[in-house]
Amino acid sequence: MLAFTLRRAIQAIGVMIAVGIIAFSMFRFAGDPVNQIVSLDTPAAEREAVRKSLGLDDPVPVQFLRYFVNAAQFKFGVSYQFRQPVSNLLMERMPATLELAACATIFSMVFGILMGVYSALRRDTILTKVFQAVSLIGISLPTFLIGILMIYLFSVTLGWLPSFGRGDVVRIGWWTTGLLTLSGLKALIMPSITLGLFQMTLIMRLVRAEMLEVLRTDYIRFARARGLTTRAVHFGHALKNTLVPVITVAGLQFGTVIAFSIITETVFQWPGMGLLFVQAIQNVDIPIMAAYLLMISLIFVTINFVVDILYTVVDPRLRSTISRAA
Amino acid sequence: MSVRQSLLAAVAASIIALAVVPASAQTLRYANQGDLKSLDPYTLNESTTHAHLGQVFEGLVARDKDLKIIPALAESWETPEPTRWRFNLRKGVKFQNGDPFTADDVLFSAERVQKKGSNLQTRIPSGTKVVKVDDYTVDFVLASPNPILNSQWDTWYIMSKKWSEANNAVEPTPAAATTPSFASLNANGTGAFSVESHQPGVKTVFKANPTWWRKAEHNIKEIVFTPIGSDATRVAALLSGEVDVIEPVPIQDISRVDSTANAQVLKGPELRTIFLGMDQVRDELLYSNVKGKNPFKDIKVREAFYKAIDIELIKTRVMRGLSTPSALMIAPQLFKLSGDFTRPKFDPDGAKKLLTEAGYPDGFEVTMDCPNDRYVNDAAICQAVVGMLARIGVKVTLLAQPKAQYFAKVLKPGGYQTSFYLLGWTPGTLDSHNVLHDIMGCRDDPKSNRGEANLGGYCNKKLDELAEKVLQESDTAKRDLLIKEAFEIGAKDFGYIPLHQQALAWGVSKKVKLTQRADNQVLLYWATKQD
Amino acid sequence: MSDAVVPHQAPSNAPTERSGVGWFKRALDSDIFYSFRRSRMTMVAGAVTVLFFLLAIFASQLAVQNPFDPAQLQLMNSRISPLWTAEGQAPFLLGTDEQGRDVFSAILYGLRISLTVGVLGVVLAGTLGITLGLVAGYFGGAVDGLIMRIADVQLTFPAILIALLVNGVAKSVFGNQLDAMSTLAVLVVAIGLSFWVQYARTVRGSVMVEKNKDYVAAAQLIGLRAPVIMLRHVLPNTMGPILVIATINLALAIITEATLSFLGAGMPDTMPSLGTLIRIGNNYLFAGEWWIVAFPGIALAGLILSINLLGDWLRDALNPKLR
Repeated sequence: MLAFTLRRAIQAIGVMIAVGIIAFSMFRFAGDPVNQIVSLDTPAAEREAVRKSLGLDDPVPVQFLRYFVNAAQFKFGVSYQFRQPVSNLLMERMPATLELAACATIFSMVFGILMGVYSALRRDTILTKVFQAVSLIGISLPTFLIGILMIYLFSVTLGWLPSFGRGDVVRIGWWTTGLLTLSGLKALIMPSITLGLFQMTLIMRLVRAEMLEVLRTDYIRFARARGLTTRAVHFGHALKNTLVPVITVAGLQFGTVIAFSIITETVFQWPGMGLLFVQAIQNVDIPIMAAYLLMISLIFVTINFVVDILYTVVDPRLRSTISRAA
Repeated sequence: MSVRQSLLAAVAASIIALAVVPASAQTLRYANQGDLKSLDPYTLNESTTHAHLGQVFEGLVARDKDLKIIPALAESWETPEPTRWRFNLRKGVKFQNGDPFTADDVLFSAERVQKKGSNLQTRIPSGTKVVKVDDYTVDFVLASPNPILNSQWDTWYIMSKKWSEANNAVEPTPAAATTPSFASLNANGTGAFSVESHQPGVKTVFKANPTWWRKAEHNIKEIVFTPIGSDATRVAALLSGEVDVIEPVPIQDISRVDSTANAQVLKGPELRTIFLGMDQVRDELLYSNVKGKNPFKDIKVREAFYKAIDIELIKTRVMRGLSTPSALMIAPQLFKLSGDFTRPKFDPDGAKKLLTEAGYPDGFEVTMDCPNDRYVNDAAICQAVVGMLARIGVKVTLLAQPKAQYFAKVLKPGGYQTSFYLLGWTPGTLDSHNVLHDIMGCRDDPKSNRGEANLGGYCNKKLDELAEKVLQESDTAKRDLLIKEAFEIGAKDFGYIPLHQQALAWGVSKKVKLTQRADNQVLLYWATKQD
Repeated sequence: MSDAVVPHQAPSNAPTERSGVGWFKRALDSDIFYSFRRSRMTMVAGAVTVLFFLLAIFASQLAVQNPFDPAQLQLMNSRISPLWTAEGQAPFLLGTDEQGRDVFSAILYGLRISLTVGVLGVVLAGTLGITLGLVAGYFGGAVDGLIMRIADVQLTFPAILIALLVNGVAKSVFGNQLDAMSTLAVLVVAIGLSFWVQYARTVRGSVMVEKNKDYVAAAQLIGLRAPVIMLRHVLPNTMGPILVIATINLALAIITEATLSFLGAGMPDTMPSLGTLIRIGNNYLFAGEWWIVAFPGIALAGLILSINLLGDWLRDALNPKLR
């Protein structure tokens, strides 16, 4: 077990190094960084000075090492647009994104599991059909279209919910939260639903499929035969067995949710990392792009690592289930 | 000062503060399409940034609601001789941190604005000596006469010397700074509002300055500024009452905003002229299938392009009536004799004939550069132009991109990499000379900044000579005739294809009263808001 | 994944024509086709999908204009509402947009782009994933470890992120010179690169199960080489789940392309895909010109919905336990 953990940890570090190389190449080779700093009529000597001061004269491996050492300390250079260290910008925006992603995940899990269980147990009711229709729509309507429709309906037409931003936030240390104010909570509703709808659909389908399968297995039949109540069978045995893969998938999907918040944040002008990233792309702000890539990868690799470890603890066969659901 | 005394002072100060700000002080929420990236007033020479910072800082002069130059930090000025301007500074003005404003701050700001890294270096002509006569008198001694010296000084904001030195902000923050600077995140001006907090790209909060020397016309306690890039979201935020003011309202949404009960659109003609330019410098176009020669060097081709464009159709269909077709490269409000100019008639058959005469009976191919988030319906205008040119056989490939990439490519730092482009221009001085010099001037002298925004490199030496005369001439009537002559040359050469002046459209909640200035600066110190 | 795989009877002595098409045909003849006919919804979805493909293929015959050719657009005809409304005008069935582009024609051509990007992306992802999965599963060991680690890295980059990055880097490197066709290629590569992992993992799983079975050993005994065994015998057994993944991925790929175009990192305004049309049309929604966004939106949702329904049905049909 220890050897396995160690091996996985080394692999995770290897992955981060690989991503680091990609991020570094973007940072270093996608456009000359010197050009971003000086103007076209800057004399050659001055260009060289800038080049030297940035350390661009050193051999590439040395530069990479320096970039990596800096990145490991969360120093990603300075944004071309904002003239601020990228790490400051990311730290400032991270709470917004994490809060949104967490709310979206919770939303998707709660409703996904409820709808999944119901539609597995009551396979032919109208409500199940409705749930299935909702899940199909959740998968088939692009996120941005859902966001636009919701803004049009709930903000513009009905005036119930705010159409953009986080509302009032409370600062706790370096973290800012919208969970403690009414306007902050209201502002979270539509973006969370928009972002979580796709995951909700996935989870609902997964729960339904797992429940249906578990309900056919022998031990459930035995449980029934033993005379346990339907409720105990369904929730005590069937659902419990379903939840492990569901939670694993939700965990694995957390990174994806963060990445997909790019769209939701753009539609709702949510001041998170995704919006920062989209703006960076529009303004070719390579340091932010590279740093965002590293951050997302770090989050993802960490999640994968934890899940990998959990696999071995719970059940190595789960892997196949995950890949089907994803 | 004892504790008791300071307590009393604090109470007194807050009573004064309460007295200065009218009783029903309000929070005003404002959303703009663009972001406020740096608080350093010398980083970026751009009107939206100037407008934001104009709420915090002030110049020696200001422009009033009709854009007339009025005294601000300078109470008065005179020109004892053509090359000497004397400014008498206002006494008793305090910066927001409490430091008094004196001549030293003007000298410091004059030096700082000319330093490397400043984007506003041309605010003070090179060779100017700034002389402190006494604490409240400053002389500007010029190398050559300049009757419009202070025409752009409403946006040359005065910074505090003491504050800048104390905070390591003596050097201006360049637009491409590698290290963060104090001045780009903090501000200390003499203006109507101080910066309470600034989160670039997210939110900036301004607070009313209780010690402002002017009597406040506004009743705003706090301005919360949010950048909202998406048109639909910005309009939705206004309609749902989450923000009080938005700029701009996309023209297609104007009637919808006007039809609601709680908001309306303030419209007016803008001073910006939208036009098309063509590369007339290179011997072979960068982006065309014509090799070995440059079709735009042929005046017939340029005339053909001009005549192929149906500007009225662009007005009615793309601009929904909210544009003023223009025969000139400057807005009629800024040049008295603009009525003497008319556009050549829309004539696609004539255009086709001209192309044939020029040796392109089947047209040719060229790539057009166009921004898609800078001007009102910019990309849609470009698409319409592409369609109109297609009808005279010219196949235009459109490259429409966000302004950041567009400007990086076509402007001077990008090496003027374009063959055919759309641009908009408001002369910062609100004067024709700026257009003749920056847009229509030859750019063949690498040492001069003439023609800096002349992306196609149109050049006529006679026009340059006239522009020089215009700069020196102080008699208005004579000056106007010189300007007219210069513009006539430009029109005859078909050096540019002016399209129109676009319209201003600000979305304003019915609770808010606001003055709309024709240079599109949203200045909230003229705003009042009811409960 | 083993439980979702179609049962494979006695493949050890399977004649060669049983593989590939033969297997598929047999499957269609029996259970699957039966379940297809049984589900009316699936039949509708299948018909709609086929219809969308036909519309895209015959776009140039059906459209009243070529919306990609600026010479065919008349600004005079801009912003006409759909035919059945008071201001409607023939021949613009679904109205026109700001540039005088016929919305119906634009949808047909947009469909063509969306489907091209989707199908090519899925084919690229499938080829890449199946190859890597076969190799990883069959050889195991270090090769397997390497490929699966790459898969993990790959998972770090959702399609949307990859494409955005590729787009940003391409802009920076090529100095914004990407034309419409290269943008299309970038989209295909981005989608292909981001969806291969599922195929690889699925195929690898199946191969690892299959390779220890008797029939593979028998095949090895009679001297068949590894690639032959994998392609002829092992791969056909995974076709079911791969088909399911491919179908669902097609829908995902189309969504991804639309999203990128919506964010402005996809197809340009002059050569719009469905996503670009929605981005443009969204600007006119408040103005009451709903048809510019509504019809492309409905077309996109309808397309994805019907493909998803097909995918769902395929998955259930191929999983005997759910029948």
